[in-house]
Amino acid sequence: MTKNSILTPAGKLTAGNRTDKLDPRVRITATIILAITVVSFASWQAVTATIILALFMMAFSEPDWRKSLHRILAMDGFIVATLILLPFTYPGDVMFTLWGFDASWQGLYRAVMIALKANAVMCGIIAFLGNMSSTELGRGMTGLYLPIKLTTLMMFTVRYIDVLHHEYLRLRQSMRARAFRLKTSRHSWKMIGYLVGMLLVRAHERSERIIWAMKCRGFHGHYHFARLPRLSRRDFLFGLAMLAVWAALITLEVLCPPMI
Amino acid sequence: MHIVDGVLSTDVVVTGAVIAVGGIAYGLRGITIENMPRTALLSAVFFVASLIHVPIGPTSIHLIMNGLLGLILGWAAFPAVFIALLLQAVFFGFGGITVLGVNTVNMALPAVLVGLIFSPFLARVDGRIMAVAAFAAGASSIMLSAVMVGLSLALSGQEFLATAKLVFINNIPIMVVEGFLTAAAFSLIKKVRPALLLSGASSRATA
Repeated sequence: MTKNSILTPAGKLTAGNRTDKLDPRVRITATIILAITVVSFASWQAVTATIILALFMMAFSEPDWRKSLHRILAMDGFIVATLILLPFTYPGDVMFTLWGFDASWQGLYRAVMIALKANAVMCGIIAFLGNMSSTELGRGMTGLYLPIKLTTLMMFTVRYIDVLHHEYLRLRQSMRARAFRLKTSRHSWKMIGYLVGMLLVRAHERSERIIWAMKCRGFHGHYHFARLPRLSRRDFLFGLAMLAVWAALITLEVLCPPMI
Repeated sequence: MHIVDGVLSTDVVVTGAVIAVGGIAYGLRGITIENMPRTALLSAVFFVASLIHVPIGPTSIHLIMNGLLGLILGWAAFPAVFIALLLQAVFFGFGGITVLGVNTVNMALPAVLVGLIFSPFLARVDGRIMAVAAFAAGASSIMLSAVMVGLSLALSGQEFLATAKLVFINNIPIMVVEGFLTAAAFSLIKKVRPALLLSGASSRATA
């Protein structure tokens, strides 16, 4: 991968950390199950346990901490923007009053729960999928019987995002050379519109060259992934451990009644 | 305009996922060997466009361009949006896993609708009328998306009604910007490479 490529995984791609040796199918399945479970939890004990577990997993997968933290903070800023109104609109016991609007404890509780859930899913993604390359993701998706057309389309898209991002940076540079500066004006919007239009036109041209080149090499509709090996003992052990943890979390959820 | 994990009720999440799967399956049917690289390249353009930040006064927004996406890709907008959101979730950690379906529908369905409604008209007209129609296409797809995001929030609980209204109000300036952008991009494409606009419709006929 080049230095300024945009789709870089959060973790290091070098082999050696623990989750890296797991089968991509197992990792994708684990992420989906974790996400669905934590989202459907209602008691705070279970949600807290899940986020601690996700953080633990994250530490285990040895991610690039600075990058991961940056991403989590960006996401949290977004979550706060979504949830800021929730304490004021949820009925319940008054916590404080701001400009005539009552903030309720129950609303705050719900907002915190949602934020915890979203963060748990995010940590889970970084832990299990963070150090996965796009090829592995494609292999895993094919292994889980997703339509081959969809994975092929995804692999192509991943490749072209980098190519077109370079093209975009080049065009922006040439605009800057002509003293263009982005402002809040109709002229700016028109120029950016032309920029996107030009990107589309160039992409279209490129796609015609690509399809001819690919046909010459016998392309017949889908990508060839190296066959995934059979699940190893490590994968089964990991799966078993995840199942045990999952069962423990659900037990916790059943034992602890939701606060609201 | 993403919705994060944990906000929506189970009914909304499941409904969104079912509609998304249907849309993706239908969109994939139209993709052949011939137009596979083209669809991928155009989806990649929209991914790159979403990295462009345009200033509005003191803040800035990132482009969505789902109106143009629908005009060019048609039903293939569904798989394109899904892949973009999946890559964002996996590589940027942005968005979520369980809400992938809802987010896909909220972005892709307006794109497809705008494509179906405006494409035939835009093919016939020229000049100023075309620019106005393209503006309407770009703006209305953002409006529809905002309405759908608001609706998914409001259906998940009464307490999100205020947030839903806020989402809609926030999106009004974005609508205007995207309208101008879509109008400019569309008129450029129509002048320089009209084949790009025909391709979405004709690929299905020849497929």
